[in-house]
Amino acid sequence: MSIFEAILLTVITASTPLVIAALGELVAERSGVLNLGVEGMMIMGAVAAFASAQISGSPYIGLLGGIVAGALFSLLFGFLTLTLVANQVATGLALTILGLGVSGMLGEGYVGVPGVRLAPIVIPYLSDIPLIGSVLFRQDLTFYLSLALLFGVSWFLFRSRTGLKLRAIGDSHGSAHALGIRVIRTRYLAVMFGGACAGLAGAQLSLVYTPQWVENMSSGRGWITLALVVFASWRPWRVFAGGYLFGAVTILQLHAQAFGVGIPAQFLSMLPYAATIVVLVIISHNRRTTLINTPASLGKPFVPER
Amino acid sequence: MRIELEKRPQASKLYGFVSPLLALALTLIAGAIMFAILGKNPVEALDAFFLEPLLEVWSLHELAVKAAPLIMIGVGLAVCYRSNNWNIGAEGQFTIGAITGSILPIVFTEWHSPAVLPLMLVMGAIGGALFAAIPALLKAHFNTNEILTSLMLVYIAQLFLDWLIRGAWRNPQGFNFPESVPFPPEATLPAIWEESGRAHWAFVFAIVAALLVWFMLKYTLRGFEIVVLGQSERAGRFAGFSSKKMIWFSFLFSGALAGLAGISEVSGSIGHLQPAISPGYGFTAIIVAFLGRLNPLGIIASGLVLALTYLGGEAAQLSLGVSDKVTRVFQGLLLFFVLSCDTLIYYKIRIVWLRVRGGVA
Amino acid sequence: MSLSDVPGSGALLSVQQLTKLFGSFAACNHIDLDIAHGEIHALLGENGAGKSTLVKMLFGVLEPTEGHILWEGQPVSIGSPGDARKLGIGMVFQHFSLFEALTVAENIALSLDDSIPIGRIAEEARALSRAYGLPLDPHAHVADLSVGERQRIEIVRALLQNPKLIILDEPTSVLTPQEADKLFETLFKLKAEGKSVLYISHRLEEVQRICDRATVLRNGSVTGACDPRQETPASLARMMVGSDVATVTHPDRGNKGDVQLSVSNLSVSARTPFAMPLKDVSLTVRSGEILAIAGVAGNGQGELFDALSGEYPVSSPDAITIRKKAVGTQGITARRLLGAGFVPEERHGHAAVSAMKLSDNLVLARSQSDRRAFLGGSFLKVIRRGAVKTATKRIADAMDVRKSGEDPAAGSLSGGNLQKFIVGRELDRQPAVLVVNQPTWGVDAGAASRIRQALVDLARNGSAVVVISQDLDEIFEVATEIAVISEGRLSQPFPAGELSREKIGLLMGGLHEGKTASETANAH
Repeated sequence: MSIFEAILLTVITASTPLVIAALGELVAERSGVLNLGVEGMMIMGAVAAFASAQISGSPYIGLLGGIVAGALFSLLFGFLTLTLVANQVATGLALTILGLGVSGMLGEGYVGVPGVRLAPIVIPYLSDIPLIGSVLFRQDLTFYLSLALLFGVSWFLFRSRTGLKLRAIGDSHGSAHALGIRVIRTRYLAVMFGGACAGLAGAQLSLVYTPQWVENMSSGRGWITLALVVFASWRPWRVFAGGYLFGAVTILQLHAQAFGVGIPAQFLSMLPYAATIVVLVIISHNRRTTLINTPASLGKPFVPER
Repeated sequence: MRIELEKRPQASKLYGFVSPLLALALTLIAGAIMFAILGKNPVEALDAFFLEPLLEVWSLHELAVKAAPLIMIGVGLAVCYRSNNWNIGAEGQFTIGAITGSILPIVFTEWHSPAVLPLMLVMGAIGGALFAAIPALLKAHFNTNEILTSLMLVYIAQLFLDWLIRGAWRNPQGFNFPESVPFPPEATLPAIWEESGRAHWAFVFAIVAALLVWFMLKYTLRGFEIVVLGQSERAGRFAGFSSKKMIWFSFLFSGALAGLAGISEVSGSIGHLQPAISPGYGFTAIIVAFLGRLNPLGIIASGLVLALTYLGGEAAQLSLGVSDKVTRVFQGLLLFFVLSCDTLIYYKIRIVWLRVRGGVA
Repeated sequence: MSLSDVPGSGALLSVQQLTKLFGSFAACNHIDLDIAHGEIHALLGENGAGKSTLVKMLFGVLEPTEGHILWEGQPVSIGSPGDARKLGIGMVFQHFSLFEALTVAENIALSLDDSIPIGRIAEEARALSRAYGLPLDPHAHVADLSVGERQRIEIVRALLQNPKLIILDEPTSVLTPQEADKLFETLFKLKAEGKSVLYISHRLEEVQRICDRATVLRNGSVTGACDPRQETPASLARMMVGSDVATVTHPDRGNKGDVQLSVSNLSVSARTPFAMPLKDVSLTVRSGEILAIAGVAGNGQGELFDALSGEYPVSSPDAITIRKKAVGTQGITARRLLGAGFVPEERHGHAAVSAMKLSDNLVLARSQSDRRAFLGGSFLKVIRRGAVKTATKRIADAMDVRKSGEDPAAGSLSGGNLQKFIVGRELDRQPAVLVVNQPTWGVDAGAASRIRQALVDLARNGSAVVVISQDLDEIFEVATEIAVISEGRLSQPFPAGELSREKIGLLMGGLHEGKTASETANAH
């Protein structure tokens, strides 16, 4: 395998969790909910996945554990912001702090324990295609899931009736409610979907990216996910492209550190965070386009008249 | 079953007081359950966590030491959040303030003068303010979400500190530990009552800051401006206020307080600069701000409560063998319950068991 | 209520003792109402009478607290808009429930229950809209459409379900007189097909023109059911309001004083993608004049107000002058200091902050203009609460503001009372110039009358007043001069006596076809 292929493999591994989490957050935000708790859901997914894989011996059970943990944790967020109409920013922070704390506690026994790795699935014939075959078709399940999510979310949002209703809620929850669309129920489902994706992304971190459990191993990826969704103007294909852009920056700076480039390691590590800021500024500074692209009811509290 | 909310015509004053207390009570209950699940006697555990740290004088000093940065940062965040500017990067401003405030003792080691400490504090505040100016600029002129930018800067600030301490600012006589030279006496924030404990002047700064901000918010036009702009930008504009100027004011103000907290902690509690200078004060201060209902007087109380959770975590670890992560869990639970109970202030909650139909079925 | 097999006899919809309580407040109180087949039935009442609440119950958006609804003789329970649609009830809301970011076809699809493919919906919508004289392009984005076109979507959306009863909530409030005529043609067509219409309005002239029967509501109860053509406007008004509402004493049309406010060739580009640019707007207002600017919503009224108030200063200083001083580039504080006062359209979140007390809302508008009275402590700028509260009480007494407690939150006041306070807050300063946008929108008749009288009195005392309004009745009551705003352009002003509704309607439609103001003036 050439160096190029090897690097491409690491880019895919680094980008997959971002893409998965961002697609889930995209659906939640399209329904009008700003879920700042993604970081908390991701880390809970990571610890749950690691633990379930250890206990059961199977990394696939681990993946399932991560998904379920993320979805359940997101229910807390949903309850606070949708039923009790709490401030979405503060609630997201609460869940992140809680998630980091609980996961730290649960994961204590697993620090330093060798992980159960999710093995690559080799697709026959396709994987023999020179160059791209070995890279694209010898991936673990999470990569294929990320592709499935991309197509699935696109189809759902823009070609299905339910997706249309979800987008309508994100545009104007008052009008949607007046038409009889079940706003709160749809939002709960969207939030749980986002949580499940974040959990799956966390599972990828502890089962594929570094098959280990380290406290706070999400390292701010949840926040970067949020920036990604803004950067992609809430469109699935752009989320995919953006995810790979960030994944590339994240992994390339690690390669550069290993390679011994003259720049100090800490500055290289700053790159993903600095890139996030730059990207946000570029996409946001035009007020007109921001206004047109953002789901109009994003983050706004909704209390229906009865 | 369905939970329905009915908006109150006016915010309930009663629940304004009751809500934080209710949240505390719920947190204690949840904590007791958690301890029970962990196999510890809940009463013993809560006692070790919340009561024991209050029983000894030296421990009360520790409480003040931990509460000082929480209150100082929390008060600044209250100004920000009240005006709808979501500064989540106080931890980063704290870090940069610690760095800029440490320039004198670390770089100019030969300069000894009573002016050093006051200058350090001022430089710390300025450093914090300048770092907070970045998300302010990006929000005011580039329409960029301040939550994400201020947060990203936290990671950048921490990495920067790490690089400084392991590199140019490492103590050459320090046996290669990643630490700076220890600060000389004139660069150290002195203790208030030296005999009984190590609580230092940062606590006084924090209380003074809280009182000044309370006065500003309650009585002055500036305070009025902050509250109005937080409620409605349009109404603020109608009043002749500028939300752009408020972005700058709130970020610079809270950044300065966070920076001051940073240099106070380094020169008062630690005595030198090192990569780990904060157990997440900048983030815990967010909880302090909300628990205190964004009111500086309430923040004094909530700062003490959250400082207690830090001490409790350490105490529980020693006496019960519980992980110190328990602190974070308690803090997260507290914020969670505060937000839940706050709903009662603005809404009446009705639980609807069956769908009641108006007409005859 | 007995059933009958003979079609057409027996009421289509019968409402018995229908009641809706919000806490202890009865929005609808034991209402009885009958609508026959093929009937256009009016639901009359002023703002706050309970009309919208009643209709929301009929459409399943609100749950009744007591009472029965009978549809074609059978008792029914309408738990959701879906239930209502299945029965055959369609509704066109006063405040449109449209989705800006979606297309016309998608908007319509969202209100249909069946999973018909969007392509089919698009074609059916196009065909039906043309058949009823309200043409629509199914693939246009709602954000790009005018207010009148948006209403068409709402109507077509309701008609596509083939309803037996269509409810229209204040439909002409956003239409020019000519567009309203088109709407009435559509309604007559529906009636000819045997469908019924429940027509909610507070405009007596329309109701007398098109409705067969009327039910009048006041404070949540029925105060009368009649044939509107047999009544006079005065008798209908009495049923609606209870007593005779004081008519506004006719404003002076005599000598006018100096120019207090002038706008010269003001052009402002759109600030957001959904805003209306202002094009070459000019106007002058003298002491003692009330210039009314008539126009249907969405033609630049808000943008004009923003430019006049200084909340959004313009680029040329001379484009706007107040008391002969060039203020175009200056902000609202500078303009207030010159003696100008402003009342924006939106009570909640602009003119006042709902969560804040009335005294705080006083400071909101007057902290700079009255800084000597209200602020102390030199550089600290401490707010003198005592002085503020005294002034608040004075204003509330002067305008007869009904409220609970001495200094309650603004949000707890009714629309009319809050508006009285907001207008009174400015009048308290005896401003030389007052600009008001929609002075009585959503306000009960008593408060509306008081506010209009206050404006007339202010002008009589020498101030220059600008009233931007969508309500032609109001304009004819208070104005000395009338101009029309359409698509961001302002017509020349006409003395109030020289304009009729028809002519105003023509101006609303005629300006954007490129006729100059003088051509249009000669056309009548």
